[in-house]
Amino acid sequence: MIAAGLRGKSIPDPNGETLADGAQRLLAGWGRTIPTRARVRRVAGPDDVGAVFGTVWPRGVLARGLGRSYGDAAQNAGGEVLDMTSLQRVHGLDLERGTVVVDAGASIDALIRLLLPFGWFLPVSPGTRYVTVGGAIASDIHGKNHHRDGSFCEHVSAFVLQTPAGERMDVTPQGRPDVFWATAGGMGLTGVILSATLQLLRVQTSHMRVVTQRTADLHDTMARMAAGDGIHRYSVAWIDCLARGRRLGRSVLLGADHATVEDLPAPSRSSALVRLSPRGLAAPCWIADGLVNRMSVAAFNEAYFRRAPRKRHIAIRPLDRFFYPLDSVRRWNRLYGPRGFLQYHFVVPFGCEDAIRGALERLNNGGCPSFLAVLKRFGGQQGMLSFPMPGWTMAFDVPATAPGLAALLDGLDLLVAEAGGRVYLAKDSRLRPELLEAMYPRLAGWRAIREQLDPDRVMRSDLARRLGLAG
Amino acid sequence: MKNGLGSVQSVLVLGGGSDIALATVRVLMDERTQRFVLGVRDPKTFGQVAGSLRAGHSARVDVVAFDALKFEAHQTFVDDIFGRHGDFDLVLLAFGVLGEQAVSERDGAKARAIVEANFTGAVSVIVPLAQRLRAQGHGTLVVLSSVAAERARKSNFVYGASKAGLDAFAHGLGDSLAGSGVHVMVVRPGFVHTKMTVNMKAPPFATTPDVVAKAIVAGVRRNAHTIWVPGVLRAVMTVLRHVPRGVFRRLPG
Repeated sequence: MIAAGLRGKSIPDPNGETLADGAQRLLAGWGRTIPTRARVRRVAGPDDVGAVFGTVWPRGVLARGLGRSYGDAAQNAGGEVLDMTSLQRVHGLDLERGTVVVDAGASIDALIRLLLPFGWFLPVSPGTRYVTVGGAIASDIHGKNHHRDGSFCEHVSAFVLQTPAGERMDVTPQGRPDVFWATAGGMGLTGVILSATLQLLRVQTSHMRVVTQRTADLHDTMARMAAGDGIHRYSVAWIDCLARGRRLGRSVLLGADHATVEDLPAPSRSSALVRLSPRGLAAPCWIADGLVNRMSVAAFNEAYFRRAPRKRHIAIRPLDRFFYPLDSVRRWNRLYGPRGFLQYHFVVPFGCEDAIRGALERLNNGGCPSFLAVLKRFGGQQGMLSFPMPGWTMAFDVPATAPGLAALLDGLDLLVAEAGGRVYLAKDSRLRPELLEAMYPRLAGWRAIREQLDPDRVMRSDLARRLGLAG
Repeated sequence: MKNGLGSVQSVLVLGGGSDIALATVRVLMDERTQRFVLGVRDPKTFGQVAGSLRAGHSARVDVVAFDALKFEAHQTFVDDIFGRHGDFDLVLLAFGVLGEQAVSERDGAKARAIVEANFTGAVSVIVPLAQRLRAQGHGTLVVLSSVAAERARKSNFVYGASKAGLDAFAHGLGDSLAGSGVHVMVVRPGFVHTKMTVNMKAPPFATTPDVVAKAIVAGVRRNAHTIWVPGVLRAVMTVLRHVPRGVFRRLPG
């Protein structure tokens, strides 16, 4: 067992929000659309959280990690926000069994840097490595392998939850399944997660073996993805949203697995578990609204599609380039200008493929400029408010200033709800509250458990206020 | 809460009976605002209007008594409204009187009445409102000013002066609230066809309450700090501000 701090110095906050204790700050999500003001308190140790709960706060308390939720999930207007990013000790690392016990404020980035040299990796990896373990549990995040490995919380064997009532609970899926699965995906509203035990994935190298192919249209894309479920651990399609007519849904399809030592060229085999690439340049702060428009996006999409080899192609790529392509540009959210952007991320059950086609057609006809949409296949889910369900999930980013966007997305909400699907709360900033119960049928059960854990309704967020999550 | 595309959920309107206020409420109802509280001078005579607002909409509309001239009651009024209804994403100050220039020029009490309604009353209620908004950490305060606030004209300078004071107060407040999560938006309409102006001859660039309402909702959406309605008045007023006094005095209207 190894017990140590992740690094000698604290990890700089990539969002630039390194926050002094008790400072009034404007906080926004990654999409930068709805900043609100809160008092931010830096949590230095687990006892700090209990101390905060010892006082009555009229506008409630919320934990915040690295602020990668797109909407208002990690904001608490006028209230208290606990900055958890300093809470990042590793309490135990079992290199035989592959488990790590780590504080909730530790980032996936820090964990990967710690674990990869030992040949361990996280079994579920999101699209950015700048999320905290606590945030990953609260949003029950998923990766490109959800169809076979499930979401993040299915690889969490225990966590410590500080409830607002003052109790510090050791929660396991066997011991307290109700608390566990209400907190997994519970958007931080059941209490503050202090630490977690994660099951790790054995890897031989820090590289991926990536199979790239182009698909002709949506039918082709979906057929190949369905057939590929049992073949690759990771699979994702990047759809060119602007392709119309018979090309609708044309994609670059990636299937990937962790590369074995034999997959690497001979000279690299001795250093198979190398460090990750350094961070790139940051997007400047002066970019105005409108850089991301229909023309620039069309050019990008065409280039992206053409760059992919016409024939099926196999390559060995560094792991971070496969999982976190956007992390190479720091603060890339600034590219959308000061009014910000949002991501529409939804899932519809298998059998509702027409809803995906309908969404693509509307996106096309609506004239909203979107970069590549991402299409993935999901397996089952256990969290009461977790986003995944067996089906197709699609996500795309759009600038908040896009004309007609409100009506377009309202229409997509109905399409998704009628298909029995849902939108992802960690990405949401604009869902109609009326649709929440239809999209999350276990909401009532979740509210009941939440009420037991937090009878005084201390845990609050802007997302919860906007959607009436707590009831 | 305001959502990611700038739509608001809960709205407080003071001067809820004004044509611009009602038009704004109607525009917001067709969007997704769910909760309105309208402060009007006499809720009893407002029942029919409120009923027509509610018809065909699921939004909740509450009507409460608010008198801009009862200065001493403003703090209690604001505490009570926020205590009972919780957060407001948008507060619209739409009350005001035009008065009669010819009379108020010769009658000090009449002139004072205009200033007290448009300026003193507004300041008196804005201060506790701003405190509440600051505490909730989000929200937009919309203040109805006028192009008359930008340069006083001989034909309506009492009204213009009262709006100029309010306009300056609101701009200063907006700067003071920067970084608090609260936005202040000042609306400067030109001549608007309302019951307040029904007997007046319309000058160029006259507009309607519906146009002003749509401009307000669009401005709130993008966190504008000052808007002119119609938008062309921004350019017109920029020119007029610099017209020599002797010429300005002789301009018609």
